[in-house]
Amino acid sequence: MTLTEAPPQTAAKQPVRPPRKRLRYALTVAVFLLPSAVPLLLFTLIPMAGSLWTSLHEWNLITPMKWVGLDNYAYLLGSEETRAAFGHTLYFIAGYLPLVYAGGLGLAMLLNRAMKGRDIFRAIYFLPVVTSWVVVALLWKWLLNPASGIVNWAIGLVGLQGPGWWTDPDWAMPSIILASAWKDLGFVMIILLAGLQAIPKEYIEAARVDGANAWQRFRRITLPLLSPSTFFVVVISLINGFQVFDQVHVMTGGGPAGATQVVVEQVYNLTFKYGRAGEASALSWLLFAVVLVVTLVQVRGQRRWVNYG
Amino acid sequence: MARSLKYLLVGLGALVMLFPFAWAVITSLTPAGTVLQTPPDFTPDNATLDGYARLLETMPFWRIMFNSLWIAVASTVFQLVTSSMAAYAFARLPFPGRGALFAVYLATLMVPLQVLVVPLFIEMRTFNLTDTYFAVLAPTIASAFGVFLLRQAVQQVPKEFDEAAVLDGAGHFRIFALVVLPLIRPALATFAIFGFMASWNSYLWPLVIIRSPEFMTLPLGLANLHGQFTTEWNVVMAGSVVSVVPILILYLFAQKHVIASVAQSGLK
Repeated sequence: MTLTEAPPQTAAKQPVRPPRKRLRYALTVAVFLLPSAVPLLLFTLIPMAGSLWTSLHEWNLITPMKWVGLDNYAYLLGSEETRAAFGHTLYFIAGYLPLVYAGGLGLAMLLNRAMKGRDIFRAIYFLPVVTSWVVVALLWKWLLNPASGIVNWAIGLVGLQGPGWWTDPDWAMPSIILASAWKDLGFVMIILLAGLQAIPKEYIEAARVDGANAWQRFRRITLPLLSPSTFFVVVISLINGFQVFDQVHVMTGGGPAGATQVVVEQVYNLTFKYGRAGEASALSWLLFAVVLVVTLVQVRGQRRWVNYG
Repeated sequence: MARSLKYLLVGLGALVMLFPFAWAVITSLTPAGTVLQTPPDFTPDNATLDGYARLLETMPFWRIMFNSLWIAVASTVFQLVTSSMAAYAFARLPFPGRGALFAVYLATLMVPLQVLVVPLFIEMRTFNLTDTYFAVLAPTIASAFGVFLLRQAVQQVPKEFDEAAVLDGAGHFRIFALVVLPLIRPALATFAIFGFMASWNSYLWPLVIIRSPEFMTLPLGLANLHGQFTTEWNVVMAGSVVSVVPILILYLFAQKHVIASVAQSGLK
């Protein structure tokens, strides 16, 4: 996708129209734009304003709002709960991103060369991507069931005792990470595979002729030339990672003992469990600010390591 | 040697991806009494459809599946229409303030759903629209992402095509419908796939806005089912299996195109 700007001269080239034609033209523009502009106004822009407004109030969704200014933000910034929620979210990202990237890259490298049945394997790896998060969470909650799950049964076969997975505060986040990485592996693989196939074979061949071994070719040629795809995966994964919710809500609901209480789960609970809608809105804006800064930093920093050839 | 190792790894990977689905099918066919046993007592002989029967008697499952399907289709169609029209305006109809308006569209793209959930919920509650199909659909009628994606596609249509149509006396509506739309079909297909998947999988918004089973979508219905049947995994897996079938059929048909669309999104 390249962002091609509309040629600037089009505006100047617009012929001067008589008033009736101008009205007709304005109507035409309106007819083309209103079907998207009205819903965006009603269901995105107004709620955005509403969310900012709510974040400046104390509100339980029922009794009238009470203005508190920036108190919600001040409270959240100093609160242990917020720190814990962001901590859990970062824990999720720190586990999920390396796992899904390494796994996706491994599979992409394996499938990069022509082989029999490649399309079938590619389709199989991609299958969890089209499956909904709720189904994936349920499948894994069952596989990782501590007492009756097949995974712990298999671990038991080799004489070990499997962990309590999502029922154990120490293992709940790893369980979520595992399920999430499983679902997104195929997505990352497809992106990286497309990136790998865009690398000219001659580069790798030339390095081979120059005596570079497999690791050197991978490290010096493949990885740098793959950096635009890597960048895309990292940016998307971080945005999605900070907003992780569905699988957490289904697998643990933030528990046990709050061990997987990620930020969006916290927003949900504050609103619908504890009736602290003002605080919840403020927290959602804090999360938005964090994602925005993280994304901007990456876009700024990409020149240092992303090679656009 | 290296070749067979490669096949071994690729095959192992495929097994890891397929096993959870296979296990769900097996669990869904296991008799209720033995589901929690390890190793599970499952043989083709004692396979039973009880889990599926329980599923159908405890929730309006077909209705929920139908809800998910038609909502996903409607949301995709709405987004295709509204986004392609806006894309045409932003690419082909100059007017004062167009750049600024486009910037506003792009800005809405950055705001995540969880920021909007509370006020959207209040908005729907104010107009007595909670627990309705309209409420589920409303936030997905327009898509700034779609406008962005399709505008690029419209810009790549050579202007000469429109000009030729103008000479033939066509107005903007005819140019849009008869010249531009057919030429941006690949972009429309890509966007349709993303739109359908997003609606089909969406959970947070239906969770907030829907309470009655008859308006639920599959993700919400399944999560609820799990809340009700915490230990009857054969029922929960039966629901999961059936809910995967429609998307699986679609995927088998559109698989090449789905994968190509995703692959392309990474190649900027």
